[in-house]
Amino acid sequence: MTSNEKPQRERVVLAHRRGARMVRTRVEVQEQTQVGDALVRGLMRAQLGLALRLAVVVICAVVAIPLLNAAFPDLAAITVLGIRLNWLVLGGLVYLLLYGVGRLYVRLAEQAERDFVGVVDSEP
Amino acid sequence: MTGSPLTAAALLAAVIATVAIGVYGVRFSRTTSDFLVASRTVGPQWNAAAISGEYLSAASFLGVAGLIAKYGADALWYPVGFTAGYLGLLLFVAAPLRRSGAYTVPDFAEFRLGSSRLRKVAMLVVVVVCVYYLVPQYQGAGLALKAILGLPVWIGPVVVGIIVITNVVAGGMRSITFVQAFQYWLKLTAIAIPALALLGLFFADRGEMGGPLPPVVNQQTTVAIETDVVVQVADPSGVTVSGTLDGVPVDAQHIRAPGQHTLGAGSTLTLASGAATPVLSGTPSSGADWIASGRGLGGGHPLYQVLSIIVATFLGTMGLPHVLVRFYTNPDGRAARRTALAVIALLSLFYLFPTLLGVFSRLYVPQVLITGNADAAVLLAPDTAFGGLAGQLLAALVAAGAIAAFLATSSGLLVSVAGALATDVLRGRVRDFRVAAVVGGLIPIPLSLATTGGLELSRSVGLAFAVAASTLCPLLVLGIWWRGLTATGAACGLVVGGLASGTAVTVAVAGGIDDDVLGGWPAVMIGYPAAVTVPLAFATMILVSRLTRTSAPADIAQIFARMHVPERLGMGVERVPRG
Repeated sequence: MTSNEKPQRERVVLAHRRGARMVRTRVEVQEQTQVGDALVRGLMRAQLGLALRLAVVVICAVVAIPLLNAAFPDLAAITVLGIRLNWLVLGGLVYLLLYGVGRLYVRLAEQAERDFVGVVDSEP
Repeated sequence: MTGSPLTAAALLAAVIATVAIGVYGVRFSRTTSDFLVASRTVGPQWNAAAISGEYLSAASFLGVAGLIAKYGADALWYPVGFTAGYLGLLLFVAAPLRRSGAYTVPDFAEFRLGSSRLRKVAMLVVVVVCVYYLVPQYQGAGLALKAILGLPVWIGPVVVGIIVITNVVAGGMRSITFVQAFQYWLKLTAIAIPALALLGLFFADRGEMGGPLPPVVNQQTTVAIETDVVVQVADPSGVTVSGTLDGVPVDAQHIRAPGQHTLGAGSTLTLASGAATPVLSGTPSSGADWIASGRGLGGGHPLYQVLSIIVATFLGTMGLPHVLVRFYTNPDGRAARRTALAVIALLSLFYLFPTLLGVFSRLYVPQVLITGNADAAVLLAPDTAFGGLAGQLLAALVAAGAIAAFLATSSGLLVSVAGALATDVLRGRVRDFRVAAVVGGLIPIPLSLATTGGLELSRSVGLAFAVAASTLCPLLVLGIWWRGLTATGAACGLVVGGLASGTAVTVAVAGGIDDDVLGGWPAVMIGYPAAVTVPLAFATMILVSRLTRTSAPADIAQIFARMHVPERLGMGVERVPRG
């Protein structure tokens, strides 16, 4: 390694486009005026609502498994493809549900952020 | 069982690869930011592999299969919960936590609530959670080295401690990232190949899956009993005992009646070929009981047990400092989300195999069910089932995976402890980080030797999850989404949740409460505290914050904007330690 001629470390932040025209709404968000604060609250509400709704779906599905099993023990004795239903659900299907919900969330959350940036950056 | 040279060579290879990759990574580690958060340059793919590599501890690699072999269907909740925790993390924590720009969990607490006192409390909680988590790792290392090489129990913790301290001291987060990503793939290989091999053997032997699996030995088996155990005998034919049976000295005596029998320490149990294996008292003895859900994991109130496991594991991941700190290494919030999603995929793939191995362990090495040391099942199953060179090769591979599991998780935990101690107790320079790493790595060694480790690995790790879920999880979730949280409220919640869950865990590790007291509720609440302590912690934080409403930070709008607004708007500020 030739360390003595290494250039000084520099911090590069892409988001600060100095000299670029700043849109007024963007300044409002950064300076936290009332409008900016309202925009941020709207984004938060959207994201939290999305997360909570998906969480409720998962919790209902997951908690239903032991409760259904306690109420109808015969249900778990069904075999599908030679594997008992309770093992199939807990050993495989639950994971598909978790990944599917996670994927949906990432898509919708990124969509919400794009919408937010779109609102902030659009000149009224 | 004595170790073969092959196994020893595989262990050595895994250790050398770990250290070598760590050394390679050291070349990139210079600044404190490198040591703490890898200078925030780790992409989703690498980071997800590193998080999974770090997260899949001995509890997952050995413990899950052992629990499934022992308790059956209800033990499946542990791997499900360990995975689902990342969905919670993804939904509620990942992106805002990364955008906060903090570099440790205590730093997040100070960023959000502007109180250095709260920061200290959070630091203490981080250290406690990490130590609760490290101790079972070290203990597992001791048990594993004993099972595969016949070494004394104290060697495991010491060896793992020294390797981990060396790696962390040398390279911090930067080099650990490479090591952990490598270890995920090593662990996946080391568990997938034996599991698939056993699956092949199973289909060749019997050709059908899903029937109740009775724990029956296929050849004459002798089991040495090391501590007094109470076993449940379903079918006494072919079971003979030498030593102490029910308090009476016996020599090669057949057990006469089915039911519970006590075997004294130093006895040997001989099972004739085809005999039904006695199982540890309190675990399902018949195949039908084992395969059905709703029987719990020993003790009373199985439905409560399952619900409490769900609460602890689903929420606990959100409070694990060594997992959270890895999300700070992503470049932005979007990458943090994608990392969490990729982790769910990687874990789902991994947990298929311990499940298979657990089922096959019951079939091929039922003798582990007698001693209660079910954690050794994964290590013993391949050799017993195959025998010969193939069996030895598979056993060596599993051993390499197990040692990778101990090393990966321990180094991740140690980075968190060292990060918290170095920046909050010492002055946050690279040297302080190294001192903190040495101290943090040594403390759990005596603790792991002092406690007996009567609990299975997955359950003791599950208890560490309960502490995390009752402390750091409410701090993060409320801190990120609720403007009303105050420093006093957060501190009270941390203390109340920490004390309640910490006490329960300490009592549980020390031996628990007798099942007969008050209908078994105290015992089950001590053994599975999360369903009580998590709501308690949330309630305390919310209530005290309402009472101290006036002390909310003034620049709250600015803080929330930073956490939730995408980086493109240029509001993010990366925090760095003072040093």
